[in-house]
Formats: sequence, C-alpha cells, structure tokens
Amino acid sequence: MNAIAQPINPARLVARQQKVLQDADWVRWSLIAIAVGFIGLFICLPLGLVIFQAFSKGIAAYWSALSQADTLAAIKLTLLTALVTVPLNTVFGVAAAWAITRFEFRGKSLLTTLIDLPFSVSPVISGLIFVLLFGAQGWFGEWLSAHDVKIIFAVPGIILATLFITFPFVARQLIPLMQEMGNQEEEAALSLGASGWKTFWAVTIPNIKWALLYGVLLCNARAMGEFGAVSVVSGHIRGLTNTLPLHVEVSYNDYDVVGAFAGASILAGLAIVTLILKTVLEWRQANR
Amino acid sequence: MSILLSNISKKFGTFTALDNINLEIPEGELVALLGPSGCGKTTLLRIIAGLESADQGRVLLSGQDRTDHDVSQRGIGFVFQHYALFRHMTVFENVAFGLRVKPRRERPSNEVIAKKVHALLELVQLDWLHDRYPDQLSGGQRQRIALARALAVEPSVLLLDEPFGALDASVRKDLRQWLRNLHHDLNVTSIFVTHDQEEAMEVASQVVVLNHGRIEQQGAPGDIYDNPANAFVSRFIGHTNVFDLDEQDADWLQTAGIPVAHQQGKFAHVRPHDIVIEKPTADSDAFVTLKDWQHLGSLIRIELVKNGSNGLTASVYAEMPNDQFRRLHLNRGDKVDLRIRHAHWFH
Repeated sequence: MNAIAQPINPARLVARQQKVLQDADWVRWSLIAIAVGFIGLFICLPLGLVIFQAFSKGIAAYWSALSQADTLAAIKLTLLTALVTVPLNTVFGVAAAWAITRFEFRGKSLLTTLIDLPFSVSPVISGLIFVLLFGAQGWFGEWLSAHDVKIIFAVPGIILATLFITFPFVARQLIPLMQEMGNQEEEAALSLGASGWKTFWAVTIPNIKWALLYGVLLCNARAMGEFGAVSVVSGHIRGLTNTLPLHVEVSYNDYDVVGAFAGASILAGLAIVTLILKTVLEWRQANR
Repeated sequence: MSILLSNISKKFGTFTALDNINLEIPEGELVALLGPSGCGKTTLLRIIAGLESADQGRVLLSGQDRTDHDVSQRGIGFVFQHYALFRHMTVFENVAFGLRVKPRRERPSNEVIAKKVHALLELVQLDWLHDRYPDQLSGGQRQRIALARALAVEPSVLLLDEPFGALDASVRKDLRQWLRNLHHDLNVTSIFVTHDQEEAMEVASQVVVLNHGRIEQQGAPGDIYDNPANAFVSRFIGHTNVFDLDEQDADWLQTAGIPVAHQQGKFAHVRPHDIVIEKPTADSDAFVTLKDWQHLGSLIRIELVKNGSNGLTASVYAEMPNDQFRRLHLNRGDKVDLRIRHAHWFH
C-alpha cells in the first residue's frame, strides 16, 4: 500500500534515465571540446578575422572602402537582386507548395523532385545553363542581340541565375507543413461561405506564416550571398554587374584587403542577422 | 430543406465508392448514414456538401438542382470529423467567421455578429470559453464549437462527419443526447455519418444503411431493427444468431418452434431476445447446454452450446431481463429447453 501511495518523482526518474544514458566523463568532455574547438576554428576565428581585417587600417579606411562608388554599386545591385527575386520566389514557392499539397495530378512527384534541382546542381552549372541559353552563342543569343536585349553579363542574367538558385527555399519550407496540416480548415472556411481568395488570406496564410517567413529569410540570405551562378553570368563589370560577393572577390584579387574585407563584413553581418531572425522564427514556430 | 439524390456514382480510380445512389430525405429529419468503414458514407456526405463532386447523378436541395454549385453556395453547415477549427483564431472568431466573410451588403454589423456569436455559444453552453484557442479545449468542447460555427451561417442542411468518432465513450453518450435535443429545438435537416450502429439507432430519426457504395436499407431505427431488408442489415444492426439450414439445423429449428418449410431462404437470423430459455421439463429432450452468461446492465446475455445432430457444436446467444434469469436458478453446465419466438429468413 505504501509503495502505491508514494508519488513518483518525475525529476528523479529523468535523472535516473540520464544516469543510464550518461557516458564516462572523459568521453563527454572530449566530445564537447571537439565540437567547441571545431566551431571556434572554422566559424568564430574566420568571422573574427573578417572583422579584424576590415578594420585593420582603422575605421576611416573601412568607411572609405565602403563608400567607394564601386562598393556602393555592388551593394545596390545585391539589394536590387534580392528585392526582385525574393518576392517572385515567395509567390512561386507558395504556388508550388499549394499545387503539390492540394491537388492530385500526373507528374506531381516529378515536380517535387525538380523543385530540389537547384540544390543538387552545382551553382556554376546553373550559371552556365543561362549562358548556354542567352549568351552570344546560346540558343536565344542571336534573337536577343537582334532585338538589342542584354541578359548575360547584365543585370537580368544575374537576377535569372539568382531566381533559379533560390527557388527551392520557400517551397521546401511549406510543403511538409502544408502536407501535415491537411486541407480541412480550408474546406471548413469554404463551407462557411468564404471565397477561395478569402480562405487563402484568412486561413491558409495565418497557418503557414512562420514557415513562410522562415523560407523567405533563407531565400533572401542566399539571394544576397550567391556567388557561383552569378559569377558565371555577371562578367564582373565593376560598378555595373558586380554583386557584393563578386565585389569581395575582385577587390581581394586587386590586393585591396580592406575593401575586400569591408564588403565581406557586410555579408557576415547579414549572415548573423539572418541567424538571429532564424532562431527567433524557429522559436515562434515551436511556440505557436 | 429536403434533400434528393438521384443516381449518384463516384469512383476513385478503379474503386467504386458509390454505386448509383438514390436517396430522399424529407425536411427536418435527423438522418444517420450508417455503414462499415469504406462503404462510401463519408464520400456521400461530402458530395451532398459539395466538397466532392460525383461522377454522375444530381443533388437537389429543396427541389432545386445544386449539383453544379460549389460548397460555399450550397447553404450547408459541415462539421468535420476532426472539427477543423481555425487554430489561429479564438473560439469567438471561429464562430464569427461565417458571418465576417459574407459579402459586404449581407454582412451584419459587429454588434449583431457579437450578439449572434454569444447566443450560439450559449446554445452549445460554452460562452465562457469565447476567448480561448482551439488547442486549449477538450475534444467534446471542440466538437460543440465546430457545431456552433456551422450553425452561425444558418444553414438549411447540417452535415456531420463522424461527429462522435474522436471522443471518449462517456462524452460521446452525453453528446448524442445533446445533439438529439438540439436537433429537436432547431429542426434543421441534419445528416450524420457513423459506423456505430448503436449511435445511429439512438440519435437518428431515419437510418440509411450503406454497404459497398450501395444503400441496403432506409427507414426508422425500430423498423430497420425489426424488419431488416437483407442478411447484411440483419447482421450489422444489433446482434443476431445465424442458423444455416445446410448444416442440418432444420430439425433443430423445427423443435425450437420455427417451421422450416416454405421459407424464402436457407439462413435463419434470430435476435437474442427472441430466444427463450426454460428449465427442462421431465419429458422434454433438453438439447442445449448453458455455458456462461454476462451482465449487460438490465439484461443478461446467455451463451448456450447446442450439439448438432451431425456432432457439430455451435454457440447460441440469448438475452433476457436480469430478474427473469434469476428466477430460473440456472447454473453453468445445466441443460435447458429453448424456444425461438421469431426468425428472419435470408438467402
């Protein structure tokens, strides 16, 4: 009787379980040391070095490197690229996720696989595809030059390549979530007399908003940081077709260390902001 | 609003979900679509709602052909099996949704909406939960909120998909009675889907029994129980003992009081309460052994074993009131006399 009456202490139960799962102290500490050492060596140290190098000739040099016309043009082009590609890929991503999770059609699994293509193909090849399509010797090259449309070695090419590279981010965030949610809430809204459009805004969007924002954030980070594909199509024309990552490379090749690392510090800052926002969004999603 | 379904068929790939369904539901009824899982009952409900389209056939509501209207224009209220409450809205906003999405000309003012929502929440006795979110409610509460939400748009037909399926047994019992009373008060034509024959018999004023995409029988619960149209309905609704004449049960049935000649089938279906057992008299050839019994509340279910003339044994179940059984003073292993009052014959 006594044994039954005594309440089980959950904390002690967990503690006992942990004791069972616990490895020897030296295993624990060496694993932690390896993990921390790795992160320190390969992430914190380079990041610190970027900041250190950027400010190696003082704050004034840093500012003057950033306020150069070419740097400003690179920042502007990067922002423009993100401004065009992120909204487009948000719409594409939502549309693709909607189609895949709400409709049954032939070739659905093929479409699902193709969405991942930009992830599995090397960015350089992604860039090359556009050169082969729109370059001077490409399929549409002749037609384009006859009509005086420049895509390769110009801003449209950069935007197209970035669009391609960043396409999967939003769709990949939404598809599993929308699959798990099912469409009963939407059916309920429709049965209550709501139009499809109203249902989308009042029911679907609030349910997917955190995942959507998360996807948009990752998409934006990649759009601003993409190097490989953009490098192939850009032509590295200073002040015209250099995005920030390209600008960093060009400056570095010109032995302009401060310029290169000043640009890199902006990208690193962007990465840190993204990381913080990502953590916040993940927390919001978990605590919905 | 009356409902008329004519020649409804629906296939999913090669699977026939519904096969030429014709069904008429008069206004104000509370109808159960009853059948085993996979019989097409939910598909039929979704076709009436407009959430699914039939391959052929027409759906008429109040005599008007609504086959080509989509769900938002049919004037139906639908309660989903897992409630499908909007998880990002409070209980109040959930119920108000149907009113808020009305076109501007028909949309009531905020005060009218608030008044109506609170009235509906009173109706389902949950007004005190109006500012909670769905994940803070119990299953039974969610069910009632889902119902209030569906009623907010004043539907002329209320459709409920397995309304008690996901609930505890005790909550389910209360809600059954509650739904029946609610229907009595509102008198809106209602259809609910269930696989639980007890639930259908207890709640509905009309039961439609479905199997393999076809309607087996439609009628009042008592009618279906007393006069099952075929062997499936007889087996599916309530308990029944099945005697196969091919296994030499004929003589036995004859002795038990059921004439075998000139019957329309070779299977005799006998309800447990149509079997009467008595202490054997001196001159009776007591051929049935009492094996065991179980208490079902006011009734006793008695398990009997009969030895067939071909050496096969078979279990027979009988039911009788508690006190009647006690008066017989029977023990396990006793021989008893058995009489059958009534049997249904099927092929």
